Amino acid sequence: MAETPKRFPLPSSVPIAEGTEAAQTAYPYYMQFGPEDDERFWFYNSMHFPEPMTVFDMITAEAAYCALGASNTRVHSLPTTLGIDYRIVNGRVYIGGNGVTDPAEIARRTEEFQKRAYYYYANWERLYDQWKEKMLALIQDAQALPPLTLPEFEPLAHVHAGRGVASNHFLLDTYQKTLEGYFRMWHHHFEFLLLGYGAYLVFFDFCKKAFPEITDQTIARMVAGFDAEIFRPDEEVKRLARRAVELGIDGKFQNGTAPDDVLASLQQMGDAGQEWLRELEASRHPWFNVNVGDGFYHYHRSWNDDLSLPFSALPGYIERIRAGDSIERPVERLVAERQALIDGYRDLLATDEEREAYDQMITLACRVFPYVEGHKFYCEHWYTNLFFNKIREFGALLSEHGLLDGAEDVFHLSHYELETAIIDLMTSWSNGSPPRGTKRFRVLVAERKEAIEVWAGMETPPALGPVPDIIDDPSIVMLWGITRENLDSWLSAGEADPNEIRGFAASSGVVEGTARVVKTVQEIDRLQSGDILVCRITNPTWAPIFQKIAAAVSDIGGSMSHAAIVAREYGLPAVVGTGDATVRIRDGQRVRVDGSRGIVTILGKVAA
Amino acid sequence: MSEGAAISWFADIGLADRLAVGGKGGSLGELTRAGIAVPPGFVVRTEAFEAFVRALDAEKPLRAPIEALDPADLSAVAACTRMVRARIMECAMSTEVRAAILSAHARLCGAERDVPVAVRSSATTEDAEDASFAGLQDTYLWVLGGEEVLRLVRSCWASLYSVESVCYRRTHGLAEAGVAMAVVVQRMVDARTAGVMFTRSPTTGDRSVVTIEGAWGLGSAVVSGEVTPDRWVVAKITGEITVRDVSDKHVRHLPKTGGGVEDTPVPDELRTAPCLSDAELLVLKDVALRAERHYRRPQDIEWAIDRKDGSVLLLQSRPETVWSARDAKPVAAPAANPLSHVMNIFGGRR
Repeated sequence: MAETPKRFPLPSSVPIAEGTEAAQTAYPYYMQFGPEDDERFWFYNSMHFPEPMTVFDMITAEAAYCALGASNTRVHSLPTTLGIDYRIVNGRVYIGGNGVTDPAEIARRTEEFQKRAYYYYANWERLYDQWKEKMLALIQDAQALPPLTLPEFEPLAHVHAGRGVASNHFLLDTYQKTLEGYFRMWHHHFEFLLLGYGAYLVFFDFCKKAFPEITDQTIARMVAGFDAEIFRPDEEVKRLARRAVELGIDGKFQNGTAPDDVLASLQQMGDAGQEWLRELEASRHPWFNVNVGDGFYHYHRSWNDDLSLPFSALPGYIERIRAGDSIERPVERLVAERQALIDGYRDLLATDEEREAYDQMITLACRVFPYVEGHKFYCEHWYTNLFFNKIREFGALLSEHGLLDGAEDVFHLSHYELETAIIDLMTSWSNGSPPRGTKRFRVLVAERKEAIEVWAGMETPPALGPVPDIIDDPSIVMLWGITRENLDSWLSAGEADPNEIRGFAASSGVVEGTARVVKTVQEIDRLQSGDILVCRITNPTWAPIFQKIAAAVSDIGGSMSHAAIVAREYGLPAVVGTGDATVRIRDGQRVRVDGSRGIVTILGKVAA
Repeated sequence: MSEGAAISWFADIGLADRLAVGGKGGSLGELTRAGIAVPPGFVVRTEAFEAFVRALDAEKPLRAPIEALDPADLSAVAACTRMVRARIMECAMSTEVRAAILSAHARLCGAERDVPVAVRSSATTEDAEDASFAGLQDTYLWVLGGEEVLRLVRSCWASLYSVESVCYRRTHGLAEAGVAMAVVVQRMVDARTAGVMFTRSPTTGDRSVVTIEGAWGLGSAVVSGEVTPDRWVVAKITGEITVRDVSDKHVRHLPKTGGGVEDTPVPDELRTAPCLSDAELLVLKDVALRAERHYRRPQDIEWAIDRKDGSVLLLQSRPETVWSARDAKPVAAPAANPLSHVMNIFGGRR
């Protein structure tokens, strides 16, 4: 008897968790599953949205998919794919591709694509330089947005100057500019992204065909740059460590001391202390604008908002400088190694014809790669921090005026609701009555906070709907690494070895050690030398702690993620994108990390 | 016959001498000349074999009756070859050849006594590498004493007249006069670990990796398939060890007192322990690459690690044949417009 084919549940059969029905309706109608969605295949985007999304944070999906789709569908006319549809249920974001299959339509789109994308490839450096200028201007605009104030009386100067527009209007103005800038940022983000990944994947596929057993990370190392912005925050921490030693104040940096206490003690250190504090400010702007996540959650704060991460790394670096070790990145050696890799694999090719094709492909891949590596610092980190902090300011103002119980509660309102709350406040300030929504928003926030808790504890099906025969959508394959093979393994999940956790092989090597499951930045002090870091996201902002760990394991991330790049730089085994390592591995358990195969094995019980 | 005509030392021969020293002997000579460590030894050249068979033929025809055999008549083949093999094992060897082998063996042993050696047949024709000749490639391990060496040299010669070999030659109408056999005599490595390696992946044909398989003890346990070896894949360029499959190695071949080898159970604590360290894997990879560079084509190599000093020695290196024989379609061709390669990704499945 034939085995019943395995299938994913249909979207319509996924129940809304009991008691969270109202919270589910908080997401706009266009994000809700409808009956027609049962016909299509959807997968849970655990890479970008590994945790339930608060209502406000869904703007990260909304703005990103608006821009991604526009780039694919309208700007570059990708021949075989349009944009990405997205839905949310129980706080989890599901996405589905929009493939183009009609050959005539593909041909028509191909003609357009070659007029557009080829122009970008041909003028890549110029357009990328221009991109950086645009992006910096956008960042400046965001920084120039005024602080939010509702004075009792309009400042006399404004009145005498005949400004004619009162302060309440600037709340709406600033709010709308904040949203506008954020949506615009995502257009910049996708201006080059798919083209960049595509050119890289061309080379990647060639290598996989020519050398079927080559590892993903070896290919990545062949195109990796060494001056990408994302290495800079860690470099700045090293620089501050060196300055501390030079200024003779290095004794103030001890493991376990809170950043505020260190800063306070430096204030007492006279000129040397002041000098170092100036250096710190120089590093912070802009380089500490890296958040500890990937830019999709308001609570992934930046180093600037919470200095504990860079400060936890300083004692280690200082100790190594005192011991006479070099903490510089050996850039020349890294460049030479990369060249040796490129030449070595080139020599192994069978014919001169293949070598010529290889040269063409790697040339293009190396040209596009600075964007692939560099854009995240500007978009997901720097700009996103400014954005969430501005929204936080609105939250503080609404709390001050009794509409919320705390600034952070603002992230439980949708951006539409937030606008109504702002207009309520503007009205109330203008007419001298209390805001109307004081009760309303508190109730909504409370029920949504509860829902997030419920959803966080639920199992999430990895995919929904009928399984497609092939996954041929280049944007899905490129950005999420979803293949038919992945789907089969998801369908057979549960039959696998319970002690084995699979993810992307991000950085090779095999190491055994004690697992430290670290869920927040505040916990990183628990890491002992030689521990294996197990976390939700290994982000480059965590780079400074890579100096003391033996390996890294994360729930989220692909083999091309910046985390993988940093792990390779540090020569540490890393397995990323495991989905649920932080749930399955218990703190203190002994584990083996095989970064070459992408497998984490739980070896033992929790150490007593 | 002078010693020079009967015997050649590895350092003096190469692949070009195949007709006189056989494929295995020529390859060991070639590796020695390339500066790759192989256990020292010499080859009993085909001239010695030919002189011996010629003498037997003169005494009483040996080759003519074989040439007259019908390969379909198995009982006739069996009877005739049995008699030929008995003559090869029993008839007197010329004093010159006998003395040449004994003296070379003594020189190989040097000051030490009872140095164990391996005696291995070394066929002269490409066909001999063919599976049809299975059984012909005799190898005798841990051989002690000159007289035993002499006896096993005869055994190697006699293996040319096995039923299978003769049937193969008769079916293909090969002249008996063209048939010859060289014999390799080389110092035995008391291997802590031994195995095989390929400079091209046997499973995918990938030229960028060296696949290494090994197990405890002498390599014969791996080659004969009596043990599932540990398996590693090492990237040639980066030295990354990308695959590590450590298996349960229940048995190993160890030298037997008085000569030969025997199956020995592996102690429990070693069974699932990797039989090579990472450092050894990298040394093996480098040696494999030197052999490949020397021959300018992918190699299939037998190796051993000396129990005493941990040194890596090659026992054999021959061209990889499986993937080399396949039609290689180019992975990609250069494009007039280099940008058009992106259509591989954006153009959809074709």
